[in-house]
Amino acid sequence: MAITRDHELHTRRFGRNLGLGLLLAALVVLVFGLTIAKVERGDPMQAYDHQPRVDLLPSEPGK
Amino acid sequence: MTDISAFDHSKEARFGDYVALLKPRVMSLVVFTAMVGLLVAPVPVHPFVAFTAILFIALGGGASGALNMWYDADIDAVMRRTRSRPVPSGRVGAGEALGVGLGLSGLSVMMLSLAGNVFAGLFLAFTIFFYAVVYTIWLKRRTPQNIVIGGAAGAFPPMIGWAVATGGIAPESLAMFALVFLWTPPHFWSLALFMKEDYSNAGVPMLTVTHGRPATRRHILAYALVLAPVALATAFTSIGGPLYLAVSIALNLAFVVGAFRLLRRDEVVAEADGYRAEKRFFRFSLAYLFGHFTALLAEAALHSFNLGGW
Repeated sequence: MAITRDHELHTRRFGRNLGLGLLLAALVVLVFGLTIAKVERGDPMQAYDHQPRVDLLPSEPGK
Repeated sequence: MTDISAFDHSKEARFGDYVALLKPRVMSLVVFTAMVGLLVAPVPVHPFVAFTAILFIALGGGASGALNMWYDADIDAVMRRTRSRPVPSGRVGAGEALGVGLGLSGLSVMMLSLAGNVFAGLFLAFTIFFYAVVYTIWLKRRTPQNIVIGGAAGAFPPMIGWAVATGGIAPESLAMFALVFLWTPPHFWSLALFMKEDYSNAGVPMLTVTHGRPATRRHILAYALVLAPVALATAFTSIGGPLYLAVSIALNLAFVVGAFRLLRRDEVVAEADGYRAEKRFFRFSLAYLFGHFTALLAEAALHSFNLGGW
């Protein structure tokens, strides 16, 4: 049987769920913003896929 | 089938109760001192990185607050000042507070390491450990020196802010640490003077309980006298300057005079006027710390216009 009417419990818990949801969304925005800030600043970046890692490349003679 | 209305949900936690676990008022002090520590450092930090770092330092401070509420639920329930906190009032379970504390500790340390540097992250982890374990678990119930040593936890944030920018420790960050460290005991002892029976009922060995009120008044003055030269000396480091020195002289004069005034009062006089001088000294101690850190911030701002400093 489908629940057709919210129990008082659900309305009370809505605030808690909404708060947690907004916090998680804020964390995502924060990590994204941090990534942009660090990339813009030119911090050395090394990914583990789709591109060669600078540390693992053989050094060229004379360099 | 379980009837959902058979349970008593009147004590169920709201979102605000979880926020209260993080001790938002203590967090505001952490945010402010950490921000000053970060901004007065000689290495510029990207504004968004600075914002993120301060946010996670504050969250780390909040996490240690939750751990403190988990461990201290029994004494918080006895003290008038703390009995309406989420755990003693039954709105949040002690286990939940422990979970929130540990979870946020891990998150804040990891994120500060990524946003700032690993040293700053480890420093934050040490600060959380110091507050939750060294102060709350080891010292608070054992020795009247609890807030003297435990005060270090509250004094670390400006050093962490400095570490985010520079990656290390310097005499200037140690000066900011010393300022908060020496300020903490007179601040809390003045609170203990007018919080009358709270600490003795809870069995917390505050100085007022173990050594009496006259001894506490003497200790407040002694710390005010030790604090003054430390606060003034900061003016002659690279983060200080004439403006800071002027502010510091005024604030320290008022602080020492206030401490003298407390020493000359006895319990009969204090009780008669409802601990007016003690409450005023407590409030002024907040302005004292805020004034010093604001002056440091002003010196840093002047520096950027090639003014300020010596």
